Amino acid sequence: MSKQKIVVVGNGMVGHKFIENMIEHPDYDQYEVITFSEEPRLAYDRVQLSYYFAGKTAEELMLTSPDYYDEHGVRYIVKDKVISLDTANNKIVTESGREESYDQLILATGSYPFVPPIPGKDQDHCLVYRTIEDLEAITASAKESKVGVVVGGGLLGLEAANALKNLGLETHVVEFAPRLMAVQLDEGGGDVLRAKIEALDVGVHTEKNTKEIVAGETCRYRMNFADGTFLETDMILFSAGIRPQDELARQFDIEIGPRGGIVINNQCQTSIPNVYAVGECALWDNKIYGLVAPGYQMAKVAVDHITGGNLAFEGADMSTKLKLLGVDVASIGDAQARTPGCLSYTYSNSHDGVYKRLIVSEDNTKVLGAVLIGDVDAYGNLLQMMLGDIAIPGSPEALILPSVDGAPALGVDALPDSAQICSCHDVSKGDIFEAVKGGCTDLAGIKSCTKAVTGCGGCAAMTTQVMNAALTEMGVEVNNNLCDHFEYTRQEVFDIIRTKKIKTFDELLAGYGSGKGCEICKPAVGSMLATQWNEYILSDDNIQLQDTNDIFLANMQKDGTYSVVPRMAAGEVTPDQLIALGEIGKEFNLYTKLTGGQRIDFFGAQLHQLPIIWEKLIAAGFETGHAYGKSLRTVKSCVGSTWCRYGMLDSVSMAVLLEMRYKGMRTPHKVKMAVSGCTRECAEAQSKDVGVIATDKGWNLYLCGNGGMKPRHADLFATDLDDETLIKYVDRFYMFYCHTADRLQRTSVWMDNMEGGLDYLKSVIIEDKLGICEDLEADMARIIDNYECEWKKTINSKERLKRFAHFINSDATDDTLAYVAERGQERARIDMDARAKIAKGDVIETVEVV
Amino acid sequence: MSQVWNDICDLSDLVKNTGVCALHNGEQVAVFLDDESNVYAISNYDPCGNAYVLSRGLIADFKGKLTVASPLYKQHFDLTTGECIEEPENSVKAYPVRVEAGKVQLG
Repeated sequence: MSKQKIVVVGNGMVGHKFIENMIEHPDYDQYEVITFSEEPRLAYDRVQLSYYFAGKTAEELMLTSPDYYDEHGVRYIVKDKVISLDTANNKIVTESGREESYDQLILATGSYPFVPPIPGKDQDHCLVYRTIEDLEAITASAKESKVGVVVGGGLLGLEAANALKNLGLETHVVEFAPRLMAVQLDEGGGDVLRAKIEALDVGVHTEKNTKEIVAGETCRYRMNFADGTFLETDMILFSAGIRPQDELARQFDIEIGPRGGIVINNQCQTSIPNVYAVGECALWDNKIYGLVAPGYQMAKVAVDHITGGNLAFEGADMSTKLKLLGVDVASIGDAQARTPGCLSYTYSNSHDGVYKRLIVSEDNTKVLGAVLIGDVDAYGNLLQMMLGDIAIPGSPEALILPSVDGAPALGVDALPDSAQICSCHDVSKGDIFEAVKGGCTDLAGIKSCTKAVTGCGGCAAMTTQVMNAALTEMGVEVNNNLCDHFEYTRQEVFDIIRTKKIKTFDELLAGYGSGKGCEICKPAVGSMLATQWNEYILSDDNIQLQDTNDIFLANMQKDGTYSVVPRMAAGEVTPDQLIALGEIGKEFNLYTKLTGGQRIDFFGAQLHQLPIIWEKLIAAGFETGHAYGKSLRTVKSCVGSTWCRYGMLDSVSMAVLLEMRYKGMRTPHKVKMAVSGCTRECAEAQSKDVGVIATDKGWNLYLCGNGGMKPRHADLFATDLDDETLIKYVDRFYMFYCHTADRLQRTSVWMDNMEGGLDYLKSVIIEDKLGICEDLEADMARIIDNYECEWKKTINSKERLKRFAHFINSDATDDTLAYVAERGQERARIDMDARAKIAKGDVIETVEVV
Repeated sequence: MSQVWNDICDLSDLVKNTGVCALHNGEQVAVFLDDESNVYAISNYDPCGNAYVLSRGLIADFKGKLTVASPLYKQHFDLTTGECIEEPENSVKAYPVRVEAGKVQLG
């Protein structure tokens, strides 16, 4: 039997979702899929488009790749618009003249920005905000402009205003309606939002009907309004709503709604049964859905119908939660209180800029809708109550009053399995339960397994609650205790150490633990004590806590010898230092190699040789490199503006500054940094815990990247920072990580498990939401003040040096070591048994050094 | 025949909750001191990692048993018996040890 051929017109978010759902369908081998895109690239994440201005590249926004399509036999043609449709003969024709027949046709043509018919709207610097190409045009225009106006104060308009502001323009929003976000918000909410946005120096002009755009006096243009007032601006961005892209259907006799949109039934079929329409081009029950989640739902229904299922599209909830210009805004259900007889409750707090309105049913028992500004913590709860038609526990006002103990929270037990928790990816409570049963026991696992929380992220708190409920139901005790000897999480232990000013393990164990401690809690507490007090790790009290590597300030290798790594901040080294290193390596016959962190590593040093080697290294001006510690390893750098033709800033000096600032800082796991002098990113900063990249306006800061076992691109955290702000943020970041991470948790995993994710981290570090930034900075200042080179201190202590003999009762050395020559150096003899062990995966981190 | 004891070092040379390595009759012996001034002695050889390193491991309370965790791959060895808890076939020899007049002695 020959395969059924499906042609997908449009490769936007929904078109791609359709294809993805097809590929995942068990009967996919009976179909052949081909997709056409008018744009020059395959599907990308339009919801995250504003991140393009914050430094994300087009590549990072991609939702798919040619490789993925190739792998699954999907043919794709970009930059070729479908212009003609022959539904009688099941054929389409493209702009380039290409013909393609189909068995089923999917119209996923999306929408286009509506530009009001204002005279003067077609001039240069009058732009829209929809595609990556649009954003490129906006960036170019902003370079020649000082003032920018967004026409349209809706959701997208405010996002566009944020973009203009980030591009450094004086920004205004012009809205026809009497308030911002008129579709989602009531009057009170609109007022609070307006005040917040004006406080950010964005001009808000409501009830303005633009009559014409003419040449300006102080700026490029003047916008004349119907009420006789005017506004001068250099560029104009239209964001006054979207219109369905229904041109193709319209021209070839597929039914169109009276005000546009391709009419579809509950199976997403158009008036021609083998032609489907999905996403923003489709009109269902006289409604166009301008959000991505309903589009995804339509894609799912269309796939199901084509493959013989009986799913139906039955409308979608339009509730939203998002951050606009840094302001949290959420709208749920009947936000405007249009339901006859409904009641409402309002909480307004102008001091904190919080506004909440709850709309409930006439009998006061069900949530119908809500508006939340400034504090949207209640979103998940209220949304589930509305969607699930769940009776309000207790009195309704408690749902929006500031949280006091005992406020009624909706237990996730009350939700049915079908309750949708993540609307972006249509993940239900049942899906999350299944994932937990399948072995995902943390938020990071749930994210990668179900995709929940990976869209807008609004469901993070609810997803965590559901996950915990599932774990409890399975009888899995959520136990994050440090180990058997401390019934506290690492974070709790850290709090105890800080608040009770505990300085030794014995004191902590006596007061808060049991037993004698073990190889898990001892190094963890040793690390926390070092973070908090930064005292000598080999003191009488501390030495018993140190793990293999810390106890001899070197990295133990497989044969019991050590590697030695002196600090070489930013990878900078003088020829004289190199000569000194060469002499030392030669004298002790050390295997010598460069690390991935731009420094030199000596292998094969025996225990008794370590102090002698270090005496020589210190005499040559080196200090310890902490390659053995769960601590800052290196700050890698490119050569930067001092030599490079492309360098924007002096990346080496910044890297040296950072490395010297944070050297010796003990952290829950090792941390690495890098500084690149321009966006070519030669230092690979985006794969580090802290990455810094120079721009023409300052430093961009990236956080929580990782190379390693599970690579993770760092998240762009802040842009165009000056030196001082950069360092302030990094100080706060590190201390917050040290205080709250689990034992041996890298920043990447810490971030993936953080409720609220990147936005939350920003609110803590940039906005100081928790009011702890002063403490974080003070804690960091103490670490920096108390720094001393551990090796210098050790070689000056006779008592400590005693431990660096192989035998306590003999000057003999370990005669069991064996070496073989290889490529002009000596390396340890390889033991096949140990190799087999490594292959089995039993290895603890001992041979790894950077 | 009565037990012959060799002086190894002064008790004050040991740091509580850590180990040292001693050369005893041509063998490498790991000697540990706990926080109640008890001394323990087992072989310094770690058969799991095939290296002489046990004296450099962390002392760990493993479900009530005092053990040393190998610095290489973290298997636990009972300080009293030399038993390897995770891999009993890799257990090591335990040595008689005592403190006599401030001297640590191996037998």
